[in-house]
Order: sequence, then structure tokens, then C-alpha cells
Amino acid sequence: MAQVSIRKVVKEYEGGVQAVKGINLEIDDHEFVVLVGPSGCGKSTTLRMIAGLEEISGGEIAIGGGVVNDIPPRDRDIAMVFQNYALYPHMSVYDNMAFGLMLRKFPKEEIRRRVENAAQILDIKVLLDRKPKALSGGQRQRVAMGRAIVRDPKVFLFDEPLSNLDAKLRVQMRTEIKKVHQTVKTTTVYVTHDQVEAMTLADRVVVMNHGVIEQVGPPQELYHHPQTKFVAGFIGSPAMNFIPTRLVETSGALNLELSSDIVLPIPEDRIGRYKAHAGRELLFGIRPEHMTEVRPNDHRPGLASFHATPEVVEPMGAETLLHFWKDGHEICAKFDPGVAVEPGVRTPMAIDMNRMHLIDPKTDRVL
Amino acid sequence: MALDATTITETGRPAAPATGGMTLQRFARRRSTIAFLMALPLIAVIAGLVAWPAGYAIYLSTLNRRMTSFIGLGNFEILLDSETFRMVIWQSCIFAITAVVLKALLGFWLAHMLHHIPTKGQRVWRGMLLLPWVVPPALSTLGWWWMFDPSYSSLNWLLTAMGGPSIPWLGEPGWARASVIIVNVWAGTPFFMIMYLAALKSVPDQLYEAAAIDGATGWQGLRFVTLPMMRNIISITVLFSLIVTFANYDIVRVLTNGGPRDLTHVFASYAFQVGVLSGNIPRGAAVSLFMFPLLATVAFFMLRGVNQRNREMA
Amino acid sequence: MMSASAASPSAVLPGVARKVGSLRKERRWALITAYVSLVVAAIVMLAPPFYMLITSLKTSAEISNPVGTPWIVRNPTLENYWALISDPMFRGFFFNSIKITAAVVCVTMVISVLAAFSLARMKFFGSGLLATGVFLTYLVPDTLLFIPLYQIVGGLGLLNSIWGLVLVYPTLTVPFCTWIMIGYFASIPKELDEAALIDGANWMQMLTKIFIPVALPGIIAATIFAFTVSWAAFVYPTAFITRPDEMPLTIGVVSQLIRGDTFAWGQLMAGALLAALPPVIVYAFLMDYYIAGLTAGATKG
Repeated sequence: MAQVSIRKVVKEYEGGVQAVKGINLEIDDHEFVVLVGPSGCGKSTTLRMIAGLEEISGGEIAIGGGVVNDIPPRDRDIAMVFQNYALYPHMSVYDNMAFGLMLRKFPKEEIRRRVENAAQILDIKVLLDRKPKALSGGQRQRVAMGRAIVRDPKVFLFDEPLSNLDAKLRVQMRTEIKKVHQTVKTTTVYVTHDQVEAMTLADRVVVMNHGVIEQVGPPQELYHHPQTKFVAGFIGSPAMNFIPTRLVETSGALNLELSSDIVLPIPEDRIGRYKAHAGRELLFGIRPEHMTEVRPNDHRPGLASFHATPEVVEPMGAETLLHFWKDGHEICAKFDPGVAVEPGVRTPMAIDMNRMHLIDPKTDRVL
Repeated sequence: MALDATTITETGRPAAPATGGMTLQRFARRRSTIAFLMALPLIAVIAGLVAWPAGYAIYLSTLNRRMTSFIGLGNFEILLDSETFRMVIWQSCIFAITAVVLKALLGFWLAHMLHHIPTKGQRVWRGMLLLPWVVPPALSTLGWWWMFDPSYSSLNWLLTAMGGPSIPWLGEPGWARASVIIVNVWAGTPFFMIMYLAALKSVPDQLYEAAAIDGATGWQGLRFVTLPMMRNIISITVLFSLIVTFANYDIVRVLTNGGPRDLTHVFASYAFQVGVLSGNIPRGAAVSLFMFPLLATVAFFMLRGVNQRNREMA
Repeated sequence: MMSASAASPSAVLPGVARKVGSLRKERRWALITAYVSLVVAAIVMLAPPFYMLITSLKTSAEISNPVGTPWIVRNPTLENYWALISDPMFRGFFFNSIKITAAVVCVTMVISVLAAFSLARMKFFGSGLLATGVFLTYLVPDTLLFIPLYQIVGGLGLLNSIWGLVLVYPTLTVPFCTWIMIGYFASIPKELDEAALIDGANWMQMLTKIFIPVALPGIIAATIFAFTVSWAAFVYPTAFITRPDEMPLTIGVVSQLIRGDTFAWGQLMAGALLAALPPVIVYAFLMDYYIAGLTAGATKG
């Protein structure tokens, strides 16, 4: 059990390409941290530097207080679960799990106790004698986790462990991973490109893009208070709508002018925050779930309404998605499935302006 | 708790490798030392048993018969002046080219036929047809020698039984040359067959299905799908076989031993004759070295083919 | 092709029906051509070994006085085989071949597995060049270098010794075995080494506990290749060995069983067949590995 410190870490490949551009991150003991971002954002490289599979070009990484920059992977006391599981194809499940302990010269009895204990946790006791080839994807995933658990390492590292599974199994294994972490409480660093996985698993989510950390925080905080346009657009599904707008001050009130016919009032409690930007061209960010059908008797403050003509209507079951275009920008709204909507028919919509974001297009930061 | 630190990059980076870099470098050096040590026996084999003898062969070829004085290119001049050796050059080239072309065509035909019968039966046929490749060539050539034997030839018996003429297989130069080619083709066709079969199997069926839907006939499928997909393997196999056939020794040695009248000698058997049997080591080395330009050319094309293939697969 | 049978019920359209019929006929003809070609090929390919077997079962009398077809045996006898097996010289050839082959296979596999692991996974200065060198060495035929090697082996005092052969045979086996092992090792996913590295394996453990077991089919294929090549080698023993008691089988059979006496044909054929037996047996039992090794150079390289 240990904390992980990443200080000013840089990864530079031959030819000067920087995959990681000097990041700082403190991971607490027992914490479950998820690194998330699009492919090529440096999240996997960061994980592999923690593991010792990639050399660190600059800065330092410490595990449990000691700097590990020059310590080979085997002496870092970490365990890793790979995307393709990397199970040894010629060994039984038992031997796969025991291999690391055997190399570390653990007594036979201790190895057996640990493997059986891990098999118990993961419910794979009956599979111990099988070869990886005879296992299903989910079972292989469990064995890969078992291999990590038996080692009882300071840190668990997961490199996109669920991306080879089908959608249903992925949800199931996600729960499983969460359960295991609650049982063993080992500090965990988990890499994924799937923001749903990140949100559901993490104590804290680290959003990376182009080799830098965009934002770190608990899932709810990232959802409600994104600090950059990238995080605002990356977290949440379907993604947040961004609509160019103009912030106009008229007699003490602030309004967003989306176009000549759509003007949305800024809620009173936000006026102080945005006042300095009055008169600027900005980006209006609103999530689809905050653009809904107009409900009668809903008189919450900050609710604005307008009309739009959806071009595509997608019934999803639990909700209905409406897509319409405004000056070349696709906009998505989420309606209650009970409301009948026809494509091509002008429909009234409600916007919850309390959930709005304003983004400075010059810095891409959320105001 | 940390946030992004883009600005730190510039100041933080130069300092860090200075401390971390030293040991990392040492680690990398240690790793490549181990790797080098593991490859050392291989390097020893290549350097000691291939590169060094190759250089030594060049040196030897410039000596006189008793290896006492340097005579420059004398051995090569004498060889080129000799009627027998010029014949050896011709015979080697004709033998290698004819044999390789026949092996390539027959091998391709058989591979194609094998590919077209139901998968279940392929194993058995493949097993039978590969047998000539498995038997050590020196030994199977003995069998052929016996079948060609002038007084008891079982082949001639078959020919006469079918009303054909009796052929002086090894007695007459033209037939002797043909016999050498026949045996080589017999022993080498299975190799081509098996290589092409592997290549045919690596062409995805969907490509043929797509071609068929695009309106290709069987022949067009072969011409526009199979051959382009196999081009690389075909050329690699042909080039490789060209080297092996060109340098062949076993068949000539057992079947004709160069005769009649030294007319079936190829480079290898002639080098053996001159260098080992007649004891003129330098001239024998010179004969062998005559193979080098052709081998180098073929090797060059092969290396290019292999590299190309690796690039395509990457 | 499957669509042919599915489409046949729609024979209402005469054009379609004829098309379907011709497709089926075409396919049958293709199959017949294939089988005829294969039968002819099989007869040609198997005739020489078959005739060798027939001859080896004949008595000298039957060979020298052929009545009717020579392709069958009238009074089969094993006396040729017994004569060989009870001949200490022939047994000596056999033992020499076994000794040489065993030594060469061991040396080859150690050299090429170590080198292939190093070249496939642990790049070092000049490793790319060395990989190309391995390939080029594979292309150097034995007949190009047997004369300088004759001098070198002679200089070491190893002419007329099976150890001289053990020394030079690796030039025939090592390059190809290394080449195909590089291919097999390179096909092992990189995550497997990384998992082993994290599990605490050092380079040697990674090789012996992960790479060798996972690439076992490749190891078997390479071993078979090394075995076949050193068993069948002919140029080097012909050049380096003149004393019968140090001869391996190939040259032993070719040089010692031919006595200029036509009546020894039966024994000669029996000797050749016995000598060819070990590679054929290996092939019969491990055909898939044999073929994998044969084609590995082309499909992987």
C-alpha cells in the first residue's frame, strides 16, 4: 500500500516527440485513480512509466516515498493488468497466478494460500487447472486480475483492461473491478479511453490530452465543473453542445445572443461571474440532458425556452435524442420518451440555464 | 494535488536527465551487453566459418598449385582458357535455369491442384508428394542411378513395354544432362509445391469471393488475385532455389560424377574434382569463387524482396 | 459455389438453369483434373523410393537375371538388410551419423535460440546488421566454401574425424534456425515480456520460462530442420572424410557399398533406405512441424 507521486514527468521519444509534457500528480494511498483521454494523449505512456516499462525522460516518479526512476519493474512492487491480458499461454491458470511469486521464491504453501485466496475473491476456483486458451474473455480478465492480486503489490496498474470485452461483459467486469478494489484497497492507477468507465470506477479522474493533464477531480466535479473546453466535451454522453454566442449586457442583465431570434437570459447568480466578459464572442456550452421538452408547471428560475426543428430523432428507450443544426453546428437535446416528437416539426424546448457553461474560445478555458 | 504543468516542461526537463540519465544509460548498456553476449556464438559461427573462409578462399585462389607463390589472377585465367571449364559454366547455367523453371511450374501446378481438392484429403496427398524432399538427396539419387543403369534400367523397361525406345540415360552427354535435371526436378518440386501451397492458403477466401462478384472468371482470379498476392513468395522461392540448384553437388556426384567425358560437371562437382581429388586446392577455390557473382546478384534481389515483404506486412 | 445448389430450384428460367448446370460441370472437371494430376505426381514422386524398396528385397540372383518386369519382387528376402545390420562397418556409419547429428542439433539450437532471442527482443549495436548477416549466410551454399574449410579443418588436424564435421555443420544449420526462431520470437506479443518483467523475471528466466515454452512449435521445427540437414549433409563429409570408420551414413553408403560389382545393388538400395529412414520417420510423425519450418522462412521472413 502506498501513494504514487508523479513530479514534472516528461516522456520524450527519439526525434524529440513529447508524449508526456511534464505532468504532476499525487495519488493517495488506497485511492483509485483513472487516467482518461483520447488515444495518443499520453495516458498509457504515463502508466508504463509508473510500471517501469518506459524510461522516464525527465522528472521523477515515486512509489511509497522512494523514487523509482532507475528501479527495474520487478523491484517496484507493482502489478499490471494488460489490455490483451498477456496471460502465459503455456501455463495453467494456477501457474499464471503463481509465476510472479515463484520467481520471488515464496514458499510453496504461501503461494498456494495466496492463489486460492485470489481465486476465491474472483470466483475462478474451478478454472485453476485450465490453460488460458480454454477460457472466455471475461475469465481471462479475471485471471489477469488474479495475477495482480496474489502479488499483494503496492500499486495496481490497469492498461485499458476492458476494451477487448463485449459491451455487456464490460459493464459486468467494471463492477467486478470496483468490488475487488473495495476488498483489497490497493492503490490503483487505471487507464482507459472510455469516460463512462472513468466516471463509474474512479475516486478521482485525471483527464489528459496532448501529453498534459487537463483536469483532476472526483467524477461529479468533472461533470459539473469542467475547467476546460476539452474536459467539458469529453466527459458526458452524448457530448456537450458548443454553440458560438455573444454575451450582451442590457440594463444590468446579461443575455446570450445565439442568433437574432434566440436570446437566452443568464441566471442572476452567474452575472457577477460573467460580467467582465460582456460584449465578447464566446462559446455557450450546454449538455443534451439540460435541453429538454417544455414541462408545464415547471417554473424553476433560470429555465429558458426556444423553438427548433429537429432533423433526426433517435428513440433510445429511456430517452429520445433530438438532433438539429444551427449555423452548421449540430446540437443535441434529450427528451422524455413520452413526448411525441416528429422530425421536421418545429418543437418547443427548455434549457436549464443553471447548468450552462461559458467558454473563452481563445484559451478554451471555462469561465 | 496537482494540475497540468505545461509551463514546467521548459525549465524542468534539462535538469532531470542529468541525474536520471546516467544510471538509465548504464542499464541500457548492460542490457545490450547481455544481448551481445547471447549473440556471440552466432557471430563466431558467421565470422569464423563463413566470413573467414570466404576471405581465405580468395587468398587461396591467388596461389600456385603448391601454394608457395602468389600468381594473382593466374588460376582464373587458366580456367577461362580451358575448354572444359567453359563447358562447366554453360552446363551449370543451363542446368540451374532449366531445373528451376521446371520446378517452379510443376510446383505451382501441383500446389494449385492440391489447394482445390477438399481440405480433408490434402494432408495425405501433401504427405506423399513431399517425400522426395525428405529423403537425403544423395541417397535418393542412388535409386535414380539404379533406375538409369544401362543394363538393368527399369525406366527403359517401362519405355519398351509402352513401345518406346531404349534410352542411354547416363551414357550419352545429352541424356546424361537431362537425367541430372530430371532428378533435380524430382527432388525439388515438392519444396516449391509446399511454399506455394502455404502462400495460396494465406490469400483470404473473401478476396476470391469479391473477385467473383466483380465478375472475374477462375483464370482472371488467378491472374489478378492469386499471382499478385503470391508474387513475393514466388520470387523468393525461385531465387532461393536458383542458388541451391546452381551450387548443387550431390546429384551430379552420385549420378554421373561429371561424366561422360566431364560433360555434366557443374561448378561444385568440378571444384571438387580439381581441388580435392586432383589436389589443386587454389584452382579448386577459384572454380568455387566463379559462383560468387551470380550468388551475390541473386542474394541482392532476394534481400530486396524480403525487405519489401517485411515492409508490406508491417 | 454454394449458391449453385441454392439457385437450382429456380430452374424456371432456362438461362439460369443452364448456367447452374455448367457451373457444376465446370467444378467437377476441375476436381477431376486435380485428382488426375495428383495421382500422376504421386506415382512419379513415389516410384524411385518404391523401386529402391523392391530392389532391396530381391536376391542378387533375381537382380542379375531379370525375368519380366523389374518392378515387382518374386522371392522377397530380407538378406540384404541382415547383411548390412550385421556389418560392423555399416553400423559404424550409423553411429557416426547419430553422434554427429546429435552434437550438431544441440550446438545449433543453443546458438540459434540465444541469438534469435537477443536479435528479436534486445536490440544492441549492430543487431540489425547481424540479422541481415544471418540471412545472407543462409544463402551461402556449402559448395562455395568447402575448399577453404577443407584447408582450415585440415589445419586443425580434424580431417578424417567426425569432430571436423561437427565443427563445420553449424554453417548449414545455424543461419536458417536462427532466422526462423527470430520469426517465432517476434510473433510473441510484447505484453508477455512486460508481464514477465513485472512478475520479476530476468532475461534468462524470460527466455527459458516464457519464450522457449511459448515458441515450442518453432523450436521443434528448427530442431527437425537441423536434424534433417545434418543427417543428409553430403559435401562436407565427402570432402573431409576418407577413412570408412569416421564416415557418416550418406557418404558411407555412396562410397563404400558401391564396389563396382553389379550384384551388390540389393544391398546398396537397402543401405540407402536404412540411411533415409530416420528423416522419413521424423517427417511421418512431425509432418506439420516439418512443413511449418520449411515455409517459415517465406511466410514469416
